Amino acid sequence: MLVGITILLVFQLIGEVTAYFLGGLVPGPVIGMAMVAVLLVLTGGMKVLEPAHRQTVDTSKAILANLGILFVPAGVGIIQHMDLIRDRGLALLAIVLLSTVATLAVTVWVFILVKRLSGGHGND
Amino acid sequence: MTDGLWVYLATSPLLWLAGTLAVWLAATNIAALSPGNALLNPIMLSIFAIAVVLVVTGVEYGTYFEGAQFIHFLLGPATVALGIPLYEKLSLVRSNLLPLLAALVAGSLTAVGATVYLARLFGFTPDVVASLAPKSTTAAVAMAVSSGLHGDPALTAAVVVLTGICGAIVVTPMMNAMRIKDYSARGFAVGLASHGIGTARAYSVDPVAGLFSGIAMGLNAVLTSLIVHLFL
Repeated sequence: MLVGITILLVFQLIGEVTAYFLGGLVPGPVIGMAMVAVLLVLTGGMKVLEPAHRQTVDTSKAILANLGILFVPAGVGIIQHMDLIRDRGLALLAIVLLSTVATLAVTVWVFILVKRLSGGHGND
Repeated sequence: MTDGLWVYLATSPLLWLAGTLAVWLAATNIAALSPGNALLNPIMLSIFAIAVVLVVTGVEYGTYFEGAQFIHFLLGPATVALGIPLYEKLSLVRSNLLPLLAALVAGSLTAVGATVYLARLFGFTPDVVASLAPKSTTAAVAMAVSSGLHGDPALTAAVVVLTGICGAIVVTPMMNAMRIKDYSARGFAVGLASHGIGTARAYSVDPVAGLFSGIAMGLNAVLTSLIVHLFL
């Protein structure tokens, strides 16, 4: 657990430092995420690193299994925007609904179209 | 006497940290009573319950956040942790590389583009537009992107959660109506549009959908933070 959380935090730190030098173009944790995936690909077969890998994977799974609670503190921040919700709540809801439906439709269509064009077959 | 105790507890981080955890556990138990019901979302239930308590008792959000920040802080390492499932699913990414990349680019552009276009159409101020733009990505990333664009991270967080719940509710009826039977495509779409909340929903419907949803969420986090600069 301690090894896992340390590795995650160190990667976040490296990500934040990289993000600083990139001028904030990509958030630090996202760079950290990409680095973890790349490093695992590069070092996946190394015996020496196996305990560290296992601990990082275990810690990550424990955090990701409870991902939902991490959104709660920020979400409660909505109480600071009660006037915006009262005055423009319906417009906000319309934007969220329309853009989400459009995104779902475009994504699923392009995925299936390109899969067919590239010779793959659907899982149906 | 009890007034004094409330004043003492309400201003201490302990009450709001313990309270958030307890409310979350209660909310997940309530949601588990009816697993297929996307409306009984534990995130939405928790936010609603805590928001009501704060408004009724007149406790400031800043006071609440002093306790809740310890949970909030874990969003950073949780985002880094998403690298693990991305690595574990690499063979799936490789074998579906073309449809996956095409859908990623098209979906990500639609998510940010449609949001920015609609928000401007409805006459929202630039800071609100910036707060809404990254709403399809996972909260940690969306909030970082939003504050980089001089938006309001608290508004972003709330809209991110709303987007997640919206996608989780509409995806199954919508895909059924569109007669889409490919669960890799369905999962990829909901993960891209509705991040972790959509992914949790996808896993409850079909394991393949869940896998592709998780991949989409991770990739869209990276792409959105890059392409958002094209629109703002």
